[in-house]
Amino acid sequence: MKKLLTTLLLAGALTATAQEQAKMVKLPELQELITSTGDNIKVINFWATWCAPCVKEMPLFEKLGQERKDVKVTLVSLDLDLDPDPAKVHKFVARKKLQSQVLILDEKDPNSYIEQIEKTWSGALPATIIINSKTGQRKFVERELHEGELEKLIAEVQ
Amino acid sequence: MIRSILVVAVCMFVLVAASPVRVGYEVGDTVADFKLKNTDGKMVALSDYKEAKGAIVIFDCNTCPYSKAYNNRIVALGKKYTSKTFPLILVQSNDPSISPGDSYDEMVKYAANHGYDFPYLFDETQNVAKNFGATNTPHAFVLKKDGSAFKVAYIGAIDDNAKDASAVTKRYVEDAVDAVTNNKAAATTKTKAIGCTIKWAE
Repeated sequence: MKKLLTTLLLAGALTATAQEQAKMVKLPELQELITSTGDNIKVINFWATWCAPCVKEMPLFEKLGQERKDVKVTLVSLDLDLDPDPAKVHKFVARKKLQSQVLILDEKDPNSYIEQIEKTWSGALPATIIINSKTGQRKFVERELHEGELEKLIAEVQ
Repeated sequence: MIRSILVVAVCMFVLVAASPVRVGYEVGDTVADFKLKNTDGKMVALSDYKEAKGAIVIFDCNTCPYSKAYNNRIVALGKKYTSKTFPLILVQSNDPSISPGDSYDEMVKYAANHGYDFPYLFDETQNVAKNFGATNTPHAFVLKKDGSAFKVAYIGAIDDNAKDASAVTKRYVEDAVDAVTNNKAAATTKTKAIGCTIKWAE
């Protein structure tokens, strides 16, 4: 009984952590993240749990965030566009034990917000923005990234 | 000599690096004719539709959750417009080696299971998607017949709500078709939407 309770508590704690880690945000908060200045390189990846190439490239972002202290990785889930319940994202974050900051974009009309995030973006996933927060220089890619490409893109904005 | 080769090589590299990543039609552009294999084994060309006033071309596939969410609405579009005057043409451009669920055989099954009574064409070389500048599935293009040419009248999403058909407020494709049929310009000519990328051959 005690064991079961502990397990339940643990499971509850895990879900709670995932929820804290995957915060729902509106567009202005995301825009602030994109435009805020500082000393680091920001890597912002747009993904969804249903997007196979997104899931495939995710370890590259996780690794980057852990290896480079000058890089801040944010994984922005667009799952809500197709499914109003964020539970899938929370489960995914917990299952994959994601270390990067995860945000869930909570907006309704993609046709208005896609362009406000990045003008050249068609809306296809995955998509990634790399920003030098000191100079504002940025790169945008709308496809799956492979080993070594993130480092190259970062070097291009440095 | 070696130096000039090097300079040329560097120039070429810069040119390649500077060339735009995406090409494709803009609204008003004339569409190049295409001829692709349908799920019934026959070839279908855009130029086959001689009496059409326009056409709806949608880049779609079997596997994308957005394509699935839109499937009933796509089938309804095919029923709403007569194939002779405003045909619906679905084009599947995903590379089956990357997305095995989108092979020609799977397309044949999918078309049968979902009652497709419109062409579902296999863009094996991906050239049609490249020419159009299609990026997502489903990615819709409404074309207007101008003389014997098809010109782009609308590019983008089918409507403004992927997850809930009953909550749609703007039917972009239907509005564009109605505009073309009435010889008017579409009120909205370009939209963006979240979706699956077309799976390009590596």
